[in-house]
Parts: sequence; structure tokens; C-alpha cells
Amino acid sequence: MGTVSNNKENNNMNSGREGIRGWLNPTRYGWERVSYWLQRLTGLFLLVYFVGHVYETSSLTNGVDAWNSMLELTQTIGGHIFLILVIGTSTFHTVNGIRLIFTESGKGLGKPGRPDYPYNPSSLNYTQKSGIWIALLLACIAMLYGGMVLFGEGG
Amino acid sequence: MSNEENKKVQLKVYRTNYNKDDSSHYDKFEVPVKRWTTVLDALLHVKSYSDSSVGIRYSCRMASCGSCGMKINGKPSLACYTKISELKDDVIVCEPLPNFPRIRDLVSDFSQFFSHHKNMKPFIQNDKVSVDIDDKSDLVEFEQTHEDVDKYLQFSYCIRCGLCYSACPTVATDPKFPGPQALSQAYRYEADGRDNSKKTRFNIIDERHGIWRCHFAGSCSVVCPKGVDPALGIQLLKGHMLGLSKNNKKISTLRTKNNE
Repeated sequence: MGTVSNNKENNNMNSGREGIRGWLNPTRYGWERVSYWLQRLTGLFLLVYFVGHVYETSSLTNGVDAWNSMLELTQTIGGHIFLILVIGTSTFHTVNGIRLIFTESGKGLGKPGRPDYPYNPSSLNYTQKSGIWIALLLACIAMLYGGMVLFGEGG
Repeated sequence: MSNEENKKVQLKVYRTNYNKDDSSHYDKFEVPVKRWTTVLDALLHVKSYSDSSVGIRYSCRMASCGSCGMKINGKPSLACYTKISELKDDVIVCEPLPNFPRIRDLVSDFSQFFSHHKNMKPFIQNDKVSVDIDDKSDLVEFEQTHEDVDKYLQFSYCIRCGLCYSACPTVATDPKFPGPQALSQAYRYEADGRDNSKKTRFNIIDERHGIWRCHFAGSCSVVCPKGVDPALGIQLLKGHMLGLSKNNKKISTLRTKNNE
């Protein structure tokens, strides 16, 4: 028998609640949990983008020079990569969001029935998984196209 | 003796006693395993031959009572239902269920979980039937078809083991959220033709920390050991509440001894 001590335990652990760590790790629970995790991350990223976008466009009120210097930020390599991420996250968030609208209205989940071993939950069926894969695929295609436009000739 | 008979795995068991303000640590034990050895068998072997003070809760040993839920190699599982050979790992880590207050070692407190379950009024409510029966001739029964039963039977198989509650990412951050178990039970009675108290339960779950906090991560259905599929019940219930999906619920016909 051996012992590995961990004295960093604090009183919060007594509640056993995982807190934000509970959703930060998307592994172990399948594609639906990955989709849940990505939907949140992309949502947060788009929120940051939205705030930045409002700040960027509001620079117009300071005159054309201020606007042009703000636009120059998006013409850098870092700016292009950021915009490609915006394209990818908005595509995934939209497509997966449409899937979730149907799912959370009880559509495409199958019907309740008598469960038989090995218990494959009907709510985690291939319709749902396909929806997630399609959202990921479309996000990749959109990012690829965006990259070609931004980094291509005249980009 | 074959290699299989000599096989041993290392069991890492989370140890602490919050009542004594002990710091947590993992104790390691070598346990002999066979193809059919479950994690519960291994823990009982530890209690018998290595350290009798390891705290675990168990009862039926056949996935019926829901007592031995714990986090096994990072995933909420029933110890009696998880074969070590299926984990395909030489180190088995046993920890208490996440999202439950911890008492000692692998034993967690289910009070809040049961309280959420109780809040859903998990029993048939029908205002057409009196609960005060003085005369045996007043006894009634409901008639249901097999199709009527299939609508809720799956959800009535819940053994309240708490695995879905510990896997839910919303429960992890919101203690007031009823959790997948309680919400799927709300659907179980909503779908049951004998029950006609839809409005009462809708009022309970349609609030700030209620059903709308579920965003379909599906983890509850992944870990459920009885095929209850709580995620399905919750999404169907949302659809009914929004009026976007039909329930086609027929309140069952009452049959009394007098009108037989």
C-alpha cells in the first residue's frame, strides 16, 4: 500500500461540485458533450468578437483616418487568422445552434420505448451525431474558403 | 495457472474524512482480478484483506439499488456494474461522485439529490380519484394500453443512482438546477396517462434554475446504467412545454368495482 498526499484540498471540495471544471473537459462523454463544449466556447468567442466589432465600427465617429487605421489591424497576418476564426466559430455556432433548436423542441430524438441491453440511448442517435459532424465540416470548409480569400491574391 | 489467474491491477482509492477535516489522498492497493471481477469486488477484496476502513456504500451488487455509484477512471459508473477487464487499464482510480457533497472516502451525501427528486412530486396525482378510501368498493384502477405504458416505462426504470446528476455540466455550476434525474421523472409523470397534474409540475420546473438550464450535453444518457435516457425525457418535456411537440396523452379510463 502506498500513499500520495494532496494537501491543497480546500473546503469547497467538501461540496464535491465540479464547478467550471465540470464543462471545461469535454472528453469521456461522447460527441454531444464535445458539441456542448464547442457551442459554449464559440459563443464566448463570438461575444468577444461582437464587442471588438462594435468598438471597431465606432471608430468611424473619430473620422476617416481613425477608421482606416483600425481597418489596417485586420490586414495583418494576426488579423487574418482572427477573422478566419470568426468565420469558423460563427459557422459552427449557427449550424449546431439550428440542430439544437430542433433537438430542444423534442425533434429528431426518437421515441421512448422499452430499453434493452446494452442500452443505446435514442437521444444520442446518428441524426444528432451527423448534425454535429456536419456543423464541424461546414466550419472547416468556411475557414478554408475564408483563408483562401484572405491570404490569396489581393487579400 | 494461466496468466489470467495471476493478473493483478492497482486500485487507487480516494481517501478523506471531512468530519475529521482530513486532507485527501489516494491509497494504492494491489488486487488480484479475473475476467469477471467488478470494481466493487476489488474494493471488497481491499476491505477484506488490506484495509477494512475504506468507506464505500453498496447493497444489491446487481445494478438494482444504485448505491455504489462512484467515479471510476474519470467517469461516473456503478462499481458493481463495471468489470475491471472492460476498463482495459492496469490502474483503476476510484473517486467519489462529482457534484455530491462528500462524507468519507467514496461515500457521498445524496440529500440534495433526493430533495430535487421529491420536489417533482414523483407520484401519480389525479384529482378525479379520491385518496381517502373508506369502502373497498371505492377502489379504482386505470386502464392503459401497452402503447400508453411504453411512453413512460423507460423513465420509470430509474434507480436514483445519481450518475446522471454527477455527469451533468449544468449541475456542476448550478446547485439549484434539479438535474437530469428529477427532470426525467417530471417527464415520466407527464407522459403517464394516469396522472393529470401537468400544470403543477410545469410550474415547478419552468423557472430560472429549472428545465431551460439544460442545454443537451447528453452526458446523463451516456452514463445511465439502466437505459433511462434522461436527455430524451428532458428534451421531449421542453417540446411539450413550448407546444412544439405533441404528447397525445389520453387520460386513462377509470374503472371502479361498481361500473365493472
